[in-house]
Amino acid sequence: MSENVYIIGAGIHPFGRTEERSGREQGVYAVREALKDAGLEWADMECAYGGSAAAGNADIMVNELGLTSLPFTNVANGCATGGSALVAAQQAIASGMYDLALAVGFDKHPRGAFNAKPSDYGLPEWYGQTGMMLTTQFFALKIQRYMQLHGISRTTLGRVAEKAFRNGAKAPHAWRRSEIDLETIMNAPMINDPLTKFMFCAPAEGGVALILASEKKAKELGALEPGKSAKIANIAVRTRPPDSFEVFQAGVSIKEGGKPTVVASKAAFEGAGIGPDDIEVAQLQDTESGAEIMHMAENGFCADGDQEEWLANGWSNLDGKLPINTDGGCLACGEPIGASGLRQIYENVEQLRGRAGERQVAGRDGSGPKTGYSHVYGAPGLSAVAILER
Amino acid sequence: MGQKIDPDLWSDDAKPHLMGGRLPSGEIVFPMPQGDAAKDVEPYKLSRHGTLWSWTSQGFLPKEPYEGPGSGPDEGPPDFVPFLLGYVELPGEVIVESRIVDATLDDLTLGMPLEFCIVPFNATHDTYAFRPMRSAQEKAA
Repeated sequence: MSENVYIIGAGIHPFGRTEERSGREQGVYAVREALKDAGLEWADMECAYGGSAAAGNADIMVNELGLTSLPFTNVANGCATGGSALVAAQQAIASGMYDLALAVGFDKHPRGAFNAKPSDYGLPEWYGQTGMMLTTQFFALKIQRYMQLHGISRTTLGRVAEKAFRNGAKAPHAWRRSEIDLETIMNAPMINDPLTKFMFCAPAEGGVALILASEKKAKELGALEPGKSAKIANIAVRTRPPDSFEVFQAGVSIKEGGKPTVVASKAAFEGAGIGPDDIEVAQLQDTESGAEIMHMAENGFCADGDQEEWLANGWSNLDGKLPINTDGGCLACGEPIGASGLRQIYENVEQLRGRAGERQVAGRDGSGPKTGYSHVYGAPGLSAVAILER
Repeated sequence: MGQKIDPDLWSDDAKPHLMGGRLPSGEIVFPMPQGDAAKDVEPYKLSRHGTLWSWTSQGFLPKEPYEGPGSGPDEGPPDFVPFLLGYVELPGEVIVESRIVDATLDDLTLGMPLEFCIVPFNATHDTYAFRPMRSAQEKAA
């Protein structure tokens, strides 16, 4: 890495349902917000990377944003679309070729669980026909086994969701903005045992844009002043290692395999030269409450089974020792696939810049967090981790 | 008996076996790979007996391409029949995803012994499943 890269502008279109705007229009809205935040014009952008899973190509945005002839690369990488766009933008600047780059993600999904085509994932038709190709089942199957092996209770699953809605109520960009009590969460209809309706996120809509700058450019723009930017300490995107257990697998190896999240997390920590104990705020993929629990351990923040104590003691609350999913995560924001990973980065930028309002975390020394960690996971077994510093 | 949901998914023996594949390395995989990926992979009859590795329930009507009850043109969520599914570890072979039948959620425990069976799936097709092992006495009867 030849150059430090900074996020100097962050914009978001509120998540949830916005009937009057297409997914891409929500992306354009986010780009304009990010430009305003950075004090820049669209014409200043030197290159752009972005995409969506279900709302069309990102490069068409030039029609609305301006025909400046900049190179605009479409990214289509499933749940890692945002993460991959960010990596591409970071590399464009780190290579020394550009001083300003845009990363954007947006989406708009129909209601209800995602439906997937078996052939798109190299699977036989019967797997879908017989009702086994559902992402929700995978998460239930993974947490069910984990609970048995590591003594996690159903109440702990409920506490994760309770925390998400509590945090979401404080985040202007969240979709679900009312608190839901533990009893209601626990007694809601069962979707895939042990996960009830309120323990799952739903597909949604939204857009996020980030503007990245070289150190030279950031300095020139005054963005290196305190509270003006966040530095990208490291980003790692990794596909699955051998013998792992992933979403959409009819057969799993009997050998205990690795996990893409563990691989990505280790690489990101190594690249940043810090460890899990140094992180002061974290956004972990919480497509359902079991995922947050397992991802706490897979990312190195606690040992398997310790989550029971963490949730009971509120250690991952806004005022806990490691606040997790401070804007309510996917549970409260929904999951527009192309935008979801960048929402996590957006939230960490807000936290690091001390702009998170009611949900602002204090950090170790009370002056706000100095490090932020984000993690996404998706099919066919891939994870993206980004570590930011201020 | 209906038609098989996939002609090659299980063997046509009196006591059918789910079909997996044996890679040149000796590793057993499920399902049997298709097309170019099947080169050098030998069809392999998987064990009819295994243990429960994990499980869940399906409580809502899946979208396309689901073809079970509730998916027909004049049907909807009220016609859906919830079902159980899980992963079954076939010792020394592979862990397979399967429907679980003849059990309720409360019956299921990690590591419990299960056996392979063929079950009706919809009006026209059968699929495969695993069910709790019947007791030795029942088996003898």
